[in-house]
Amino acid sequence: MGLTLSWLTLIILIPLAGLFLKSLELSPEQFWNILSSRRTLNALRVSFGLAFAAACVNLVMGSIIVWALVRYRFPGRRIFDAIVDVPFALPTAVAGVALTALFAEKGWLGAPLAALGIKVAFTPVGIFVAMIFIGIPFVVRTVQPVLQDIDPEIEEAAGSLGASRWQTIIRVILPSLGPALLTGLALAFARAVGEYGSVIFIAGNLPNVSEIAPLLIVIRLSEFRYADATAIAVVMLVVSFVIIFAVNRLQRWAQSRIPVR
Amino acid sequence: MSIEVRNLVKKFGSFKALDGVDLKVDNGELLALLGPSGSGKTTLLRIVAGLDWPDSGEVSFNGEDALAQGARERHVGFVFQHYALFRHMTVFENVAFGLRVQPRAIRKDEATIRARVKELLDLVQLDWLADRYPSQLSGGQRQRIALARALAIEPRILLLDEPFGALDAKVRKELRKWLRSLHHEINVTSIFVTHDQEEALEVANRVVVMDKGKIEQIGSPDDVYESPATAFVHSFIGESIELPVLIADGLITLGDRPLRLAADGHAPGASRLFVRRHDMLVGPPGSGAFEGAVRHVRNFGPVQRAEVALSGGETIEIDAPRDRELRAGDTIGLEPRRYRIFAGT
Repeated sequence: MGLTLSWLTLIILIPLAGLFLKSLELSPEQFWNILSSRRTLNALRVSFGLAFAAACVNLVMGSIIVWALVRYRFPGRRIFDAIVDVPFALPTAVAGVALTALFAEKGWLGAPLAALGIKVAFTPVGIFVAMIFIGIPFVVRTVQPVLQDIDPEIEEAAGSLGASRWQTIIRVILPSLGPALLTGLALAFARAVGEYGSVIFIAGNLPNVSEIAPLLIVIRLSEFRYADATAIAVVMLVVSFVIIFAVNRLQRWAQSRIPVR
Repeated sequence: MSIEVRNLVKKFGSFKALDGVDLKVDNGELLALLGPSGSGKTTLLRIVAGLDWPDSGEVSFNGEDALAQGARERHVGFVFQHYALFRHMTVFENVAFGLRVQPRAIRKDEATIRARVKELLDLVQLDWLADRYPSQLSGGQRQRIALARALAIEPRILLLDEPFGALDAKVRKELRKWLRSLHHEINVTSIFVTHDQEEALEVANRVVVMDKGKIEQIGSPDDVYESPATAFVHSFIGESIELPVLIADGLITLGDRPLRLAADGHAPGASRLFVRRHDMLVGPPGSGAFEGAVRHVRNFGPVQRAEVALSGGETIEIDAPRDRELRAGDTIGLEPRRYRIFAGT
C-alpha cells in the first residue's frame, strides 16, 4: 500500500504538481492572456474537437470490428485480430510518416481523393485520420472481452420472445456493452488528445488551422517561453481530467445497473 | 397446438445431426426427447423453435408450415439450459421483455404488463424476487424466471432445452415435480430435452428416445422401460446386463455353453441378450440358465448388488433382494425372469 502510493506520487503526482507550480510564476492576468490568445484557443479547439470526433468514429467502427472478430469465423481472423494492435506497437513517428505518404497528393489514397477535391494531408482532416488510426485498438481491446462474455444465446432468447434484430441490439446488447464502450471511448479520446508524433507529420501545422496544442507547447518551449508552455499544459491537463472524470462517472452509473456476477 | 415433423434432416459439415426424423406431438402433451449427447435432440428442438433450419424436411404447427416463419413469428417459448437471462435487467424486466417488444399496435399498456408479470412471478412462486438481478439468484430460481419469461408471451408451444441440466441433484428433483404440476396447470404443448432417463420417465407423458440423429422408440415411460424396441433403448434406459450370444439350431449359446433358454422366434445368428439387473433370480448351483461365482457383494438399502463371474467368462452385475445373503466365493445359479434378444452385435 505504502509502496504503491509512493510510486504513484513519484511517477504521476510530483510531475503534475511541478507543472502547476511552474504555471504559478504567471500572474492571473498573464495566464489569461496566454490562454485567450487566438492561437492557443485554436490549438486547443483543434486538439480536443478532433480528438473527440475521432474517438466517436472509433467507437462506431471499433464496435463493428469487434463484432466481426468475436461473432464470425472467417479465414484470416487471427491475422486481423493481430493487426488491430499495430497502432499500439508502431512508433508514432513511423505511423505519421506512413499516413503522410499515403495521403499526400501523390500518395495511393491521396491522389484519388485529391481528384475528388478532398485534401487530407497537411489539413485538419489529416489530424483526424491520424487520431482515428492511433485510437482504434483502444476501443477494440476494451470491448472485445466483454462481447466474448455475452452468450449468443441471449440474442436467441430475445428473438424467440418476439424482439426484432434492432430491438435486440438496442435493448439487450448495447446495455450489456455500455460500460465497456464508454471506457473504450474515453481511452481513445485521451490517446488522441495526447497524440503528438503521428499528427505533426500529417498536420501541416499551420497556426490557427492545423496546429495541435501539444505542438504549440513544444514551440513555446523552443522559444524559451516556459511559462506559456506550462499554462497551455495546465489547461490541457484540467480539461482532460474533467472529461475522463465525467466518462468515469457515466461508466460507474452504467455499471451500477449491471451488478457483478 | 399440435406439432408435426416430417423427414427432418440436418447436417453440420459431414456430421448428420438429424437423419430423417418423423414425430407427431398432440395438443397439450408433455413430451421428453431423451438421448445421449450428439443424438440430435437439441438440434430437433432448436429447429422446432426456429433457432436452426433443417437441410430438408417439414415442420408444421396445427397443420400450418412453421418453417415459413422465423423464431420471432412462431410464438414459441424457449427455455435455455443456461437460462440466457438478460443480466442488466431486473427479474421483473426480464419477464416483461416479451411484452415490451411487441409491435406497438398490439402492445399492452404499462398497467396490464405489470399485472401480467406479477401473475407470472406468482405462478413460478418468485414474486418476492421481482427487483433482484439474475446474478443475485440461485440456479433453480434463475431457471424458473427463465420459464416465466418464456410464458409471458403466451406461447403456443413451450420448448425446454435440458432445463435442469445445470442444477444440482436435489434442486433438479424438486423442479421436476414442479414442472409436471405447472404443465398440468397451464396445459401448453411442451417438449423438453434431457439426457437424464429418470427425468424423462418421471416428468413426461410420452418419451422419444433418440440416438445418432434417429428416433429409436416413441412411447409412454412404461413402454420404453418395459418393452424397449431396440438394443440401444434397452441399454440406455434402466440398468441392463448385456451378453453376446449366438442363436443356432433352436439353441442360444453364450461362449461355447448352450443356455437353458428357449430360442423360439429369434432369427439365427449373432445376437445380444438383455436382462434387467433385478430380473436375474438367484438359485442354488445347477438351477437356472446361467451359473457363476460371486466376486463381490455390496448392499444398497433393500438390495444387494453382486458382481458375478459367469462360467462362460463374462462378468455381470445383478441386483438381488436381501432375503438370501450372498457371499463372495458362492457358486450360484441364475434364472432371468424376463429377457430380450436383439439381433446383431
